[in-house]
Amino acid sequence: MSILSLTAVELGRKIKAKEVSVSEAVEAVLAQIETYDKEYNCYISVDREGARTRARKVQKLIDSGELTGQLAGVPMAVKDNICTKGLLTTCGSKILESFVPTYSAQAVLNLENAGAVIIGKTNMDEFAMGSTTETSAFGVTKNPWNTQHVPGGSSGGSCAAVAADECFFALGSDTGGSIRQPASFCGVTGLKPTYGTVSRYGLVAYASSLDQIGPVAKDVTDCAAVLEAIASYDPKDSTSIKRDDYDFALALTEDVKGLRIGIPKDYFTDGLDQNVRAAVQSAARLLEENGAFVEEFDLSLVQYAIPAYYVIASAEAGSNLARFDGVKYAYRSKDSKGLHEMYKKTRSEGFGEEVRRRIMLGSFVLSSGYYDAYYLKALRTRKLIKNEFDKAFEKYDVILAPAAPTTAPRLGESLIDPVKMYLSDIYTVAVNLAGLPAMSVPCGVDLKGLPIGVQLIADCFKEKNIIRAGYSIEQAVSREKCEAARAAESKATEARN
Amino acid sequence: MADIITDEMIDYVSILAKLELTPAEKEQAKNDMAKMLDYVDMLNELDTSGTEPMYHVFPVSNVFREDVVVNGDDSEGMLKNAPERKDNFYKVPRTVD
Amino acid sequence: MNKHYETVIGLEVHVELATKTKIFCSCSTAFGGAPNTHTCPVCTGMPGALPVLNKQVVEYALAVGLATNCKINKYSRFDRKNYFYPDNPQNYQISQLYLPICYDGGVEIEAAAGKKIVGIHEIHMEEDAGKLFHDEEGTLIDYNRSGVPLIEIVSEPDMRNADEVIAYLEKLRLIIQYLGASDCKLQEGSMRADVNLSVRRAGAKELGTRTEMKNLNSFKAIMRAIESEEKRQIELIEDGKEVVQETRRWDDGRECSYPMRSKEDAQDYRYFPEPDLAPVIISDEWIERIKGAQPELRDEKRVRYRAEYDIPDYDIDIITSSKKMADIFEETIKLGARPKEVSNWLMVETMRLLKEHECEPENIKFSPQNLAKLIALVEKGSINRTVAKEVFEVMFCENIDPETYVHEHGLGMVSDEGALKEIIEQVIAANPQSVADYCNGKKQALGYLVGQTMRAMKGKADPQLVNKILAERLNV
Repeated sequence: MSILSLTAVELGRKIKAKEVSVSEAVEAVLAQIETYDKEYNCYISVDREGARTRARKVQKLIDSGELTGQLAGVPMAVKDNICTKGLLTTCGSKILESFVPTYSAQAVLNLENAGAVIIGKTNMDEFAMGSTTETSAFGVTKNPWNTQHVPGGSSGGSCAAVAADECFFALGSDTGGSIRQPASFCGVTGLKPTYGTVSRYGLVAYASSLDQIGPVAKDVTDCAAVLEAIASYDPKDSTSIKRDDYDFALALTEDVKGLRIGIPKDYFTDGLDQNVRAAVQSAARLLEENGAFVEEFDLSLVQYAIPAYYVIASAEAGSNLARFDGVKYAYRSKDSKGLHEMYKKTRSEGFGEEVRRRIMLGSFVLSSGYYDAYYLKALRTRKLIKNEFDKAFEKYDVILAPAAPTTAPRLGESLIDPVKMYLSDIYTVAVNLAGLPAMSVPCGVDLKGLPIGVQLIADCFKEKNIIRAGYSIEQAVSREKCEAARAAESKATEARN
Repeated sequence: MADIITDEMIDYVSILAKLELTPAEKEQAKNDMAKMLDYVDMLNELDTSGTEPMYHVFPVSNVFREDVVVNGDDSEGMLKNAPERKDNFYKVPRTVD
Repeated sequence: MNKHYETVIGLEVHVELATKTKIFCSCSTAFGGAPNTHTCPVCTGMPGALPVLNKQVVEYALAVGLATNCKINKYSRFDRKNYFYPDNPQNYQISQLYLPICYDGGVEIEAAAGKKIVGIHEIHMEEDAGKLFHDEEGTLIDYNRSGVPLIEIVSEPDMRNADEVIAYLEKLRLIIQYLGASDCKLQEGSMRADVNLSVRRAGAKELGTRTEMKNLNSFKAIMRAIESEEKRQIELIEDGKEVVQETRRWDDGRECSYPMRSKEDAQDYRYFPEPDLAPVIISDEWIERIKGAQPELRDEKRVRYRAEYDIPDYDIDIITSSKKMADIFEETIKLGARPKEVSNWLMVETMRLLKEHECEPENIKFSPQNLAKLIALVEKGSINRTVAKEVFEVMFCENIDPETYVHEHGLGMVSDEGALKEIIEQVIAANPQSVADYCNGKKQALGYLVGQTMRAMKGKADPQLVNKILAERLNV
C-alpha cells in the first residue's frame, strides 16, 4: 500500500510506529505534486525546502517523544487566504501577489504545535469570492476527477489537493459554502465549524461575521482529528468562543439509533440535479436503515438566504478589502499621479472582476440612504432564518441536504452569469448566516462519474451530531461499494468459469 | 428598486469604492448591480418589522484585553512588504499640494 | 461681531486617553518612539489581523461620562467609519456612531456673560490615526499613533462666542485631568477641538448651515478661527451667497481657513456595526465602581478649600485650575506647611516663573517635599524671604533640596548678634547724616540704615532683627 493512499490519521499512526518517516511522507507528497500539479494547479506556492527542513525537525520531536499527537509528521496544505509567517499569502489576488506575513493564523499555529508539516498554499477564488476557483489571479484549478470540470470553490485548491493526494489534509475557509461545495465536487470531506470555534486571527477577512476556517480531509475521521487540532479559544479574536467539548473524535461511532434527521423539502426543488437528489436520498435511507428517525419538514425561509447573504457579505467585504490600497503591502500601480489616482489604479488593476463587483455592491448597500433598505433588511432576514433553524433543531439533531444543486460544472460555464453562479450557493449560505456547523460527506457519483456530497447540518456547537451521522454514512457507503465490487468480481469469476 | 442604479450612482459608488471603471466596465457594473438588486428585492416579501438585525451570531459581550504592553517592534518585517518606503516610514505620493 | 447676527458653536473635542497600550492592540502608546516601532499587524491594518478592546479605555470613557453628567448606554457598540486616507491603515476607523458609550450630559461653564450649561450630546470611543510627514517627493507615514485610544466629546450647539468656547474647553480639560484620563495638552495634540460653527440672523430660530473647522492647536488659534469663520459666513450671506456645509482646515500662520476635501471624496462614511468586536454591556455595578473610584473633582475641591483653608477665593480658583497645582498645594500642607504660606508661593512666585518660562502648571518640576522644606526654613528664620526667593528659582528649575542648597551656598542667616552689632556700628559710622536725620525725627532714615546693613550682610540677616538692634542703638 503506498503512503499516499493512507488517510492522515493512518499516516500519523504509521509515523508513530516508525513504519514511515516524516521525510518519506513529505517526499511522497512533493513527488505527487511534481507529477500532477502542473495539470491540476492546486497550489499557488509549494514550500519544498521549508517542508523538508520541518520534516527533519518534527521527526526529531517525535523520536524524542515530545510530539505525540495523531497529526504529528503529517503533510498538509493551507488555503492561501490563511496567513503563514514567512510564506507568501496571496488570497489568489494580484493585489497581494508578493505579501509575506510576519505572523501565522492561530489555526496554523495550532497545527504546527500538533506537528503537522505545511507543504504549501492552495489556490482559491480571489479573496474567497467565487464557487469555482476560476477567479484566482494564479490560474484555474482543475477537478482531479475530470479535468474538464471545476473543483468548486472557493477552497477549490484545498479540496482538489486532498482529492489528488497532493497532501493528506488541508485547511479551507467557508463564508457561504466555500468548504462544503468544493468538497462535494471533489469527493472529499469538508467541515465548516460553528462560528467562533476556530480562531479567525490570520484569516484574511472576506465577511467577518460569516467566515470560518475548517478542515478538508479524506474522510470523517481525519476531519474530526483536524478539527480537534485547530479549534481553540483565541484571545486575539474577539468573536472566538470558549468551548469545553473539543473531543470531536468521540463522535466517530457508527451508531445513529434514535438520531433525529430532518430533510428540508425546500431543498429538493426543481433546480436540483436528479443524480444528486438520488444520492442524497439514498444517504438518508442509509441512516434510516441504521435506526435514525428521518422525516421531511419545511424550511421555507432559506430561499431568502442568498439575497441576504450577498448583501451582508458584500457590505463586510467592501470594508474589509478597503485596506488593499497600495500603501502598506504588495501591489501598487506604477506611475500614478497623486494619491487618489494611486488608490484607484492599484485597486482596479489589483482586484479581479468578481471582487470589484462585490466591493461595488457592498459600497452601495451601505451608502447613505440605502443602509436601512438593504443592509438592515438583510440582517433582519438573517435573524428570521436563524429563528427558523432554532425551531427546526428543537425537532431534529441533524438536517440532511445536498451540498450543491449539481455536480461540478465544466470549466468556464459558471462565470457567464453572476446571479446564476450565486444561486449555486443555495444549499450552503443559510448555514453561515446562522453560524451553524455543517459537513459535506461523499455519498455517490453521477452518471459522468463526478462525486456528490451530502450536507449534514447541526445546531451550534453540535459538531458531534454531524460527525456521528457523517461517519455512519461514510461507513455504509464504503460497505456498499465493497459489496458492489465483490458482486462485480464474483460475476466476472462466474462468467470466466 | 433597481432603477436607482443610474450612471451617476455608478460614478458615486466607484468613488466610495476607490475603483476606476472604463466606460464598458461602468455599463457592465450598472447591469450587474441592477440585476443583483432586482434579485435582492425579493427580501421585501418578508415582514421583518419587529425583528432585530442580527449583527453577530452569538450574544457575546465584553471581550476585553488588559492594558499591558506586550508587543515588541516588528516594523522591519512589516515594512519589507511596503511597495515604497523611506527609512522606517511607509511612503505614498504627496497627500497635500 | 456684527450685531445683526448670532453665532452658534458646537465642539467636537478629541482627547487621547492615558492608557499604556493602544485601544485594539498591545502596542505601547508612549510618545517619541522611532517611526513605526510601536506598531503591529493590528494597528497597521495587516490582512487577517483582528482588534481586541482595551478595558481601560472603557473605564476612562465611563469616568469622563459620569463626571460630565452623561447617561450611560448600557449596551454600547463599535462601528466602522469607512474612508480612504493613508494615515488610516485599514481605510476604516473603528468608532461609535449608533450606540456611543455616553450621551445626554452637560457641564456648567462660567464665561464673561455669566454661568450657563453646555450640553454634551455624546461621548464615544475611537482610534487615532497615524502621522503624516511631507517631503518634496512624497508623504511619509508613521503608524505609532495609529490605534491610540481617543474619546470624542460632542457638545450641543450651545456656545455663542469664543469666550464660552474657551471656558468650556477649560472645564473639560480640568475634569479630564483630575480624573487622570488624559493630560489634555492642546499643543501636543492630546486634546484637539474641531469647531462647528454657523451664523443666523439675530432672533432667528432655525440654525444656519454649519462648517467644521479642524487643525486648531491652541486656545489662541481657536479664538482666531472662530472670529475669522464668523466673518466669512456673514460676508457670504450679506453677498447673497450660500454657506457650504464642509470641513475646513485652519492655517494659523496665515490666519485663514480653506476647504479640506476634494471631489475625490464623497462624505459618505458607510457606517456599520464592527463585526470583529463584541458589544460592550455596562452593568450598574460597573458604573457604581467607577463612581466610587472617582477622585475629587475641581468644583468639589473649591468648596472644600473654602471650608478648610483660610485663603481667598481668587487663590482657590487659580490653584485648582490645575490638577498638578492642587496636588502640590495639598501635599505641601500635609507636610506641615501653613496653607496661606503655600498658597502665596504658588500664587506669586510659581505663577511668575511659569509665565517667564512659558510653561504650563502640568510641567512643574519641584516637589511638595522641597516646597515644604523651603517654607520651614523661612518660618524658622534660617533664611529670609529674599534668599528664599532665590532658592525657589533654582528649585523651580531643578527641584533641588533647599536645605542642602542653602547649606552648600552658605546662604543661612547670621544669627550671631555680636557679628551683626559690629556691622551696625560700621554702618552708623559711615552714615552720620542719616543718623542725624533719624535723631532729628526723620524716622524714615532708619529704613535706609537697615538697607545698608542688609547690604553689608549680603542679605543674610533678619531685617526685623536689624531694625530692632538699630532702633535700640540710636534711641539710646
